[in-house]
Parts: sequence; C-alpha cells; structure tokens
Amino acid sequence: MTVTESRPESSSEPPAARPRYRFVGTRPVRHDGLDKVTGRARFAADCDLPGQLAGCVVRSPHAHARIISIDTGEAEAMPGVKAVISGGDFPAVAPGDPNYDMGVNLMARDRVLYEGHAVAAVAALTTDQARAAAAAVRVEYEPLPPVLTIDAALDPAVGAIHAHMFTSGADPAPTEPSNVSQLTNFARGDTEAGFAAADVVIEREFTTQPVHQGYIEPHAVTADASQDGKATVWCSSQGHFNVRAQTAAMLGWETARIKVVPAEIGGGFGGKTTIYLEPLAVLLSAKAGRPVKMVMTRSEVFRATGPAPGSKFRVKLGARSDGTLTAGKAQMAYSSGVFPSYAAFLGAWTVFESYDIADFEVEARNVVLNTPRSAAYRAPSAPMSALATETVVDELAQALGIDPIEMRLRNAVSEGAINTLGAPFPRVGFTECLEAIRDHPHYGAPLGPNQGRGVAAGHWFNIGESSSATVNLNEDGTATVVTGSPDIGGSRASMALMAAEELGIDVYDITPVVGDTESVGFTDITEGSRATFATGMAVVEACRRVVADLRGRAAKMMGVDVSEVDWADGSAVHAGGEHDPLPLAAITAEAKKTGGPITVTGSLDAKGVGPSFAVHLCDVEVDPETGVVQVVRYTAAQDAGTAIHPSYVEGQIQGGAAQGIGWALNEEYIYDGDGVMENPGFLDYRVPVASDLPMIDAVIVEVPNPNHPYGVRGVGETSIIPPLAAVANAVAAATGRRIRDLPMSPVRVLDAIVNSGSDSTDSSSSNG
Amino acid sequence: MLAPMKYAAPATVEEARALLAADGGARVFAGATDLIPQIRAGRPEPSMMIDLKRIDRLSGIARAGSTWTIGAATPTADIVAHAGFAAEFPGLAEASGLIGSDQIQNRCTWGGNLVNASPAADTPPALIVNDAKAVIASAGGERTVAAAEVATGPGATCLGADEIIVEFTLASPPPRTADAYLRLIPRTEMDIAVVGAAARVTLAPDGAVTAAAVALGAVAPTVVRVPDAEAALIGGPLTDDALEAVAQAASAACRPIDDKRGTVAYRRRVAGVLARRAVAIAADRAAADQRGASS
Repeated sequence: MTVTESRPESSSEPPAARPRYRFVGTRPVRHDGLDKVTGRARFAADCDLPGQLAGCVVRSPHAHARIISIDTGEAEAMPGVKAVISGGDFPAVAPGDPNYDMGVNLMARDRVLYEGHAVAAVAALTTDQARAAAAAVRVEYEPLPPVLTIDAALDPAVGAIHAHMFTSGADPAPTEPSNVSQLTNFARGDTEAGFAAADVVIEREFTTQPVHQGYIEPHAVTADASQDGKATVWCSSQGHFNVRAQTAAMLGWETARIKVVPAEIGGGFGGKTTIYLEPLAVLLSAKAGRPVKMVMTRSEVFRATGPAPGSKFRVKLGARSDGTLTAGKAQMAYSSGVFPSYAAFLGAWTVFESYDIADFEVEARNVVLNTPRSAAYRAPSAPMSALATETVVDELAQALGIDPIEMRLRNAVSEGAINTLGAPFPRVGFTECLEAIRDHPHYGAPLGPNQGRGVAAGHWFNIGESSSATVNLNEDGTATVVTGSPDIGGSRASMALMAAEELGIDVYDITPVVGDTESVGFTDITEGSRATFATGMAVVEACRRVVADLRGRAAKMMGVDVSEVDWADGSAVHAGGEHDPLPLAAITAEAKKTGGPITVTGSLDAKGVGPSFAVHLCDVEVDPETGVVQVVRYTAAQDAGTAIHPSYVEGQIQGGAAQGIGWALNEEYIYDGDGVMENPGFLDYRVPVASDLPMIDAVIVEVPNPNHPYGVRGVGETSIIPPLAAVANAVAAATGRRIRDLPMSPVRVLDAIVNSGSDSTDSSSSNG
Repeated sequence: MLAPMKYAAPATVEEARALLAADGGARVFAGATDLIPQIRAGRPEPSMMIDLKRIDRLSGIARAGSTWTIGAATPTADIVAHAGFAAEFPGLAEASGLIGSDQIQNRCTWGGNLVNASPAADTPPALIVNDAKAVIASAGGERTVAAAEVATGPGATCLGADEIIVEFTLASPPPRTADAYLRLIPRTEMDIAVVGAAARVTLAPDGAVTAAAVALGAVAPTVVRVPDAEAALIGGPLTDDALEAVAQAASAACRPIDDKRGTVAYRRRVAGVLARRAVAIAADRAAADQRGASS
C-alpha cells in the first residue's frame, strides 16, 4: 500500500504529512483490536442468557402465494415448545400505513410475497426442538404467479403485486396500480440540442443482478421481555436506536419500553440498517416468559434479508471531439424486491453527478418483484449507475482517441458546479483523485498478453444526521468517550484519535465505547459514511466543552480569571506564566473541590457534509479459451478529506473495491422459474476469496472538508462505486468485447469472446 | 420427535460392516465434508454415523513393489504431502489438493469423494486415468472394482447397503508416464468444478505417445472417458493437430446440463480446452520423467 506501514506504537508520533496534528493521522492499534483477534469480542450470536429459548422462523417455499390457513396446533404440542407466533400476533397494518411494508416483511399476513418470507416463528428449549416444531407448522398456500424480472414488472399486462401501489412521482397520477412504485425525473437544459452539438454520441444498455452485502455475521438477536411490559434486545446492527424505534413501531410499543444493547458487528455494509428478527424475538419472549435467542442460517440471510437491487439501464452520452460532454440521457429501472425503495431516486441522482454536463434528462423507475425486500448496500444505487456512465465515458474516450483520465479531467465537477439536484458542489477532490491515478506508476506500467487496463470513477454525496457523544473524565486523567454509533469500520479508534487531539492526552488513555440506547444520547444509523464525520463532530464538540470546563477549574485552582487560562498539549496554561501548567490529570484529581465530576455530552445534527470521489484503476487477465477473468493489479485513489486513522481509511477503500470486484465478476442472485433462489450459500453465491484478489493499493487523497473540524469526508461507501465499470473497462481492453450485463462470469465472458457480434456499435453515431 | 443420532467409531472393518448391516439408516463417514453440509441443507439425518477413521487399514499410504495402497479414509492432505506418491502421480495429487480448502483437505478422502458420487468431484477423473482400483469389503469377503465403476449416477454407486470401500490400489506408472488434472472454477479456490479434465500420457523415447487416458468430470452424470481422444494421441507425436483432436473428442464426449454453475455450450467448449491442456501438461511431465532414464 502506498501510505501504509504498521506502526503499532505510533500514537504519540507526529505524522510526517500533517505536522499540525499530534494524533490525527497516526495509526494506533484499534482499541477493540486485541479482543477481535483473540476471539474475545462478543458478536450478536455470542449473547446467552440463563433459561433462554431457541427461536426458529417458518419461511415460505413459494415466491408468491395466498395463505389459506396456518395451523400451529401440532407444533405447539411438540416437546419443548414454549411459544408459536404468526402474523395475527402483530398489530394489524393496513396498506398505506407507514409501518405496512416493514410489518408485512417481518411476518406475512394474508400472502407470502417471496421465497423465504416469514410466516410463523417458534421458540423451544433447544434449537433442534424449535426446528422440528417449525417444520410442523402447517401452512396451506394457494400459489399465485410471481413477478420475477424488471421487464415483467414494467409490463402493464402483468398484474400488480400490491393492489394499493400507484406509481408515485408520475404525472398525471396513474389510475391503475402497477409494479412501478416510484418514478424520478431530473432534467436540465435542452438535451436534444446537447446531443446535436456532440461529435460522437454513444448509447448503451446495461443490466445487473441483485447482490448481497455478504457480511460474515448472520443476523442474530437475543430478547428478554419482562413482566412489566419492557424488553431488552441484544443484537448487532448499524444503529441500535433505529432497532429500538423500528421494533417499538412493529410491536406498537412506546420507545421507552425497549432497550437495545449493541453487540460487536460482523459486517453490515448497509444490510444491517433495518430489522428482521428483533420484534419476533421480543414477541416470542413475551409469550413464553423467557429470553429467546434467534440466529439466522446463511440460507435465511440470502433468502430473507436485503440484497442490493438489480438494475436495467439505457444510458446515452454525447461528446465533442475535444472530449467535452455535451448531453446525457438515462432511462433506468431498479428492482427493490417486494416493497418500494429509494433506489431509483438515488440512481437518478448519481448517474451523471460526477460530470459537468450542461444538458441532461434522467428518468428512473423503481419496480417491485416477488423477491426479498432490498436493503442498503454501500452507496446504494450508485455502483450500477456508475457502471453505465463510466463505461459509456470510456467508450467515448476510445472513440475520440482521448486518454480516459484526460477525458474525465476535462469534465470532472469541481467546487461551484451545479449538481443533479440543482445545488452547487462544495470543495471536492475529484480532480485530485484523477491526477493521483494518472501519476501513479501503475497507470503506465506495461501489460502482459491477454491483459487489459480499465479506469472508472465514482462519487457519493455522504450524509450528516444526528449524533451524540459523552466524554467522561476519570479521576486519574484518563477519559471515556461514549458514542451511539456502532463501530462498523474502525470508528472507535477514530473517535479516540479526535478526542486525544482535542484533550491533548494519549490516545490509549481514552477508552472509546459504543453505549446502549439508555447510556448515550440519540444517534442515527451508521450509514451514508457518516460515523467519523458526524459522530466525530459530536465528540469534538463534547471535548471542546470539556476543555472549557477544565480551563475554568484550572482558573479556580490557580486563583485567576478563566480568560487568563489556555489549553495546550493536555495542560491548562496560564497566559501570564505566573502559574505552573496544570496537566489534565492534576485537574481531574481535584474535581471534587472545583465543581464535581467532569462529564459533557455533545449532541448535534451534522451539517456541512463533504462529498467523496474515487478513481479506480484495474488490470485484468482474461483466459481467451475459458473466459476466466483474473484481476492482476488494482489501485484505488479516494478523497478522504482528512484520514483520521489512515489504516481504516485504507481498509474501507480495499473492502469496497473487493466487494465491487465480486459484483462485477461473479456475484448474483440466481432464481429458478418459480422464484426459488438457487444459490443461497457462499459456495454458489461467489464473493471473492482472498486468492481471487491482488493486494489492493489504496491511495489516500486528502482535500479537507472545510466544514469539519478535522476536514473529514466520509470514506465508507465511495469505494464500491467504481469497480464494476473499472473491471468492465479492463475486460473490454483485454478482449475487445464490451460486456454490459453483470456479472462477467466465465460463461458470459467466453460467450462474448466466441460470439463476436456482442460488441455492437450500432447505437453509436457520429454527427461529424 | 426423531431419536437422537448415534455415533460409532469401530476399530475394524468387520465391526463397521456389522453396524452398517444392522441399521438401514446408518451412514459411514471419514471426513464427513459432504455428509454434514448435506444434513445442514435439509437431507434426513442418519440414524447412526459410523466413523471409519479409527480403523487402521483405512488410513495410510504405502508402496509394496510396484503397487501403491491408499487407505480409503486417508486425508487428501496426507496424499498431497507424500512426496513419493506425488512424484509418480502429480495429477492425482493436484486433484487431491484442489478440494475445498486446506481445512477440508485435512479431513476429506478419496473414498468419500468417490462414493458421494457428485458428477463434479475432482479426484475421480484423476483416479480413473490412473486405472485405480477400489477394494470393497462385502458380506462374502472383499471384491475389487475399477474406480471408474464405483459411481453409477449422481449420488448413486455400485456399493451394496452394507459395503465399505477399504482402500485403493494403483500400479506404479511405467517410465515416461505422467498425469495431470485441471478444473474450471469461477474463483481461484473454495469452489466446485464446472468442468474437470484428467489426462495420463506415456511417451516412447522418441516422443511418440504409447498410452493415453483422458477423463472428464462435471460434464455428464458420471465421469466420462474419452476413447476418441486417447486414440487420436496413441501412436504419434504430440502435435498441435493431435491436441486439437483431443479437444474436439472431449467436447463431443460431453453430455452436460445447463445449471447455475454453467451452460451446456460452455461446458462442452471448455471440456475440450481443459482436456487439451491437461494432455499437454501430462506429456511435458512424462517427457521430463527421470525414472525412465535408469530403466
């Protein structure tokens, strides 16, 4: 890696690149690291309570069917069975209710809507007993025809899955229900004139399949409902306050009746921003009067938790001979599984967002299918939209004889450019990322036989939202920093680094912890790459108020006015120099005499988010006789704003690249004709294994976000956006064939090589 | 409720056979690297799991004269690591070292790989080109069956309900003979063959092919021998034309299906490619075989 070297003792070592910080930018071993490598860390399935029962979900074998009856009698009479629940045990939800989609997704009511849909759940003394009882729940189904493809969902002749679903955003409002849940349109300028001004116009179609986030840790929960109508829930998630709110809403309970204790999380990537098991476990526990633990199998994870949507696009771009993009047009469809989502909106927003295009029009539809409800997956919708745009830009550059980086440099958005939503970009580092790749030794390195090189860019807007942090100073001058953000990517280490910088004490004298819903202020989900940005701002806010408090107490101890006391390097310093500096520990030791415990909570709704850009460079080698694609070299540059802990920034860059490469090459949901998933396991749902990937060279670009105290931009999501197109462009360079349908599995690649007609250029036209 | 599954670890083949004969729901296992995933995937639990690893005769690698004897429950990791064996059967060692992961190879066995009778199994094509024999313990004593005859269809074998494969025997290959095994998987490891191809070639000192065997996996219900490929090779030097004939014969010999792992057209085409490559690798190894020099 370019910026990496292991420096476990480096916490007090000033970083060479940014001498103005003592801690920020260093690479201390993460505070939770030792427990993780020794196996001591407790993940969701590691929670066990005395007397707990095992829960098991009964799932639909049909993709679409009416439930005629559910008979739980036999199951309830089986040995060890303590509780059985089904849809009727939950509060009724009516179509159109805000809770309808999630409520019906948690537990089917009158219909099952996808294979794997929960229809009942059982709690018994042992897992074997629970499984046997689940198998004994008799459900009578009347199968209905499933809607399984985007084309079918767009076909008005195919019946609507939801009789109450009328396309929102359509003008005029439709009078018939359909499987198109939502329509997004964006337009600027005169697209036809824009295309007319182009020297080359290229239009292409793309498809991608649903892909799963592939977190290692399956969903798991332990719930303990008490006789006083309260419940404690232990689970891993990307936001335990969200788990509390959603669980309460699903049960019809007041929020205060539920406490959620976050476990360590074994991967989320967006997939753990929603709930599946928690209300079931609480209801089973309340019914049985004992704690209930539920752990999904991998098959359940694939069949019943959110993949990212599949997509089908037609994207057209025009460029002048100097490479300037003149116009863009995109017709897009995302399949969000059985319920509506924001996928189409995000796709429409992101498809042309990276480039300064005067005239464009975008039309995006979200469609529903009889497949699992989709969930967020790192930069939702953007990897697919970037596949389309970055491939067409690559083809335009090729047609015009312009270097692909140069092509992008000529069109890259920069500060002040108006984005798709009509707002100006703040300072961004797209150009810097392009230059970092252009200037990297990889860009000009020679290629071997059957090898090809591809480049692609990606953008994610990132979000702020609400965060809380409590800083408690201990009697001996150490500190505890409590936040409400589950640590999905090393955020605790980053919180400790920012707190160390603010307080001026060593990063290992700070204990960063994730508090439960009753131990820290409200904090939104860890999503939108917001934890280090927004929760970091709350930590900084709390620390600055702690420092103000410390100065006041030092002033008392010195007998001077607080205006005469500064804070520097972890000590209160008298401006006049008449008093010796008072280190933080000297002040906390006397806290009882100067006003009591020193504890401050910072809570805020973070503004000033910094958009993030990335540029990836990929070399592949394609076996021309088998179609097997091997990624042989990969370099990824990304603007982090400021890397608080560079190792975890690199980890985010590498992880997103690895997931994107899997998406490009082999990952896909495969359904049979009845809508039954054929590959609900890691054997045939092929995420990359370690030997599939080269070391991914992560290049951190730092264009600080002026609106964050340390310049942070979120880094968690952007890295998954460029790989689909970077790999596709590399495969095209290696084979001379453009493959626009993912995944680029060996079967598909060999077919493209053998059947040479697939590189059609009939939709490319030249105006000049 | 089902009765809880029983476990037995007999010390002799006869004891194991008796347990198997007494309980129609019993299954023998060694590594159980197929059996346990199958149970987890919903197949009925056996009433009894009979562990064969404690039976001395079923584990071990030995050579007596020109005959190798490999216990049916020997972990493939041991086979891969056995330098003497791997020198004589590099392709069979390769196939043994491709199954699953290192952890799986510490448990999985030829016996299990063969009787699980997956069309995509890696070691059967390599066993078959080397004319391996399976020694089977039966009620009336022991019988010996060619490895090629054991699997009769997906999940089906020629073994009777109370029969157990005890060991495999292989004749030490003649001089200037070598084998090779290749498989196509979408990943680089931890995967199942979309196509597998094994080849064994014997060369005369002048480079002419005097004996050849080609077998394909994952392209038919059971392993497919390709006699037309073998005929195209025998008697002449290993020319490009001969290799192309191997590829065409292999493609023609396939009877593949479309499934989630590959298509008929893909498997047919790639079977030819892998067969051709495996023959070329085996021939290179045979030409470099030093054992012929001293004989």
